[in-house]
Amino acid sequence: MHRFANPNRFLKLANAILPWSNGVLVVSLLAGLALALVWSPGDYQQGDTVRIMYVHVPAAWMGMFAYVAMAVASAVALIWKHPLADLAGRATAPVGAAFTFVCLVTGALWGKPMWGTWWVWDARLTSMLILLFLYFGYMALHNAFDDPQRGAKAAAVLALVGVVNVPIIKFSVDWWNTLHQPASVVRMDGPAVDPSMLWPLLVMGLAFKAFYVSVVLLRIKAEIADAKIRALRMSEIHG
Amino acid sequence: MNALLAVIRRDLRLALRQGSDSMMVVAFFVLTVVLFPFGVGPESGILERVAAGVLWVTALLASMLSLDRLFQTDYEDGSLDLLTMAPMPLSVIVLGKVAAHWLTTGLPLILAAPVLAVLLNMNSEGFGVLIAAMAVGTPTLSLIGAVGAALVLGARRGGVLLSLLVLPLYIPVLIFGVSAIDAAVMGFEYRAQLLIMGAMLLVSLALCPWATGAALRQAVE
Repeated sequence: MHRFANPNRFLKLANAILPWSNGVLVVSLLAGLALALVWSPGDYQQGDTVRIMYVHVPAAWMGMFAYVAMAVASAVALIWKHPLADLAGRATAPVGAAFTFVCLVTGALWGKPMWGTWWVWDARLTSMLILLFLYFGYMALHNAFDDPQRGAKAAAVLALVGVVNVPIIKFSVDWWNTLHQPASVVRMDGPAVDPSMLWPLLVMGLAFKAFYVSVVLLRIKAEIADAKIRALRMSEIHG
Repeated sequence: MNALLAVIRRDLRLALRQGSDSMMVVAFFVLTVVLFPFGVGPESGILERVAAGVLWVTALLASMLSLDRLFQTDYEDGSLDLLTMAPMPLSVIVLGKVAAHWLTTGLPLILAAPVLAVLLNMNSEGFGVLIAAMAVGTPTLSLIGAVGAALVLGARRGGVLLSLLVLPLYIPVLIFGVSAIDAAVMGFEYRAQLLIMGAMLLVSLALCPWATGAALRQAVE
């Protein structure tokens, strides 16, 4: 892992990965959308509104995944003081916040026809909302200090503290009696979703993951370029 | 242990000599609660229904408003640098400061809460549980708040930022605190909620001083 703490080596790796992740993104997104919107059956009760699931569920997965990734990057940044880990955490936060927001919005759109309400204060929804606020807090704390180093470290500590929320989101549907349905894909006794719906869902999940990889790599590249520009300007002023 | 007591004694003495801070917290608590009958109307049925929630939300805000004095003055006058260099774990010092903070803000809130509950027409079944839930819940608030207070040291607009960091993490305490009281008022079993609040207190007692210590070290670097 220490090998990739070098920005140049990282840039080489990122440039090698980006075409692949972009390719996977385009292919799986097109295939996933076609499968989800055209070739998968409607639900026998929910009709066509079930198709919201193909955006809602991957967005929720990625919202949590991005938080865990951000927390791991924060831990690496605090323990080994890799500057790249700071950048990775910083680059992940807005992407994860966007996924979480998409999850909440699509959930509301799905909740209205199915539950008869845009929003209920049950455990799954509330903990997801807290996740969104944790992302906001992380981004605000990152930018709140004159010294960027200090902001990065404070935000890293906050990211680690907020990790307690992730298992709460995951297991909220098991621990509490919620309106939100319990886990139906990742279960001990196999998925409870019919294959005709499971496959489109998994393909969409892959597309979301590829999107995440592409965007985060691009954002880290942009941050590195930004740091280089700042260094050049500084040397111009002082040089 | 001696060090812990020394820190608590120092902070208590500072709080007492500087005077009115804990009275201000209680005054904020009382005033905000008194606003609600004007806001939602004085019908006793409505007040009775919202009493538990109003008391918890205002106690939460009052506890949060007092957080800035937890580390801010020590940070400004440099005693924080000395405390981080003291020959004992920083988490012990943090624990002492949090204990002192709770004694000067949490405890007065607990004492004021039953009086306000009477004003809000809360059913008397709920009083005991209200005190028990606050006794378990407010130390958790102080512990979680300490992490936030340490993180925003030296930040621009620290106060607003602090609320963004701390309030989401306060939500679990609020949920179970209110549901314990509601259960007691309606004559249901409330032990489970109190036990969960106890669990949250123990978890934050183990984790928060450590996280606060990490945050403080970066603040004084």
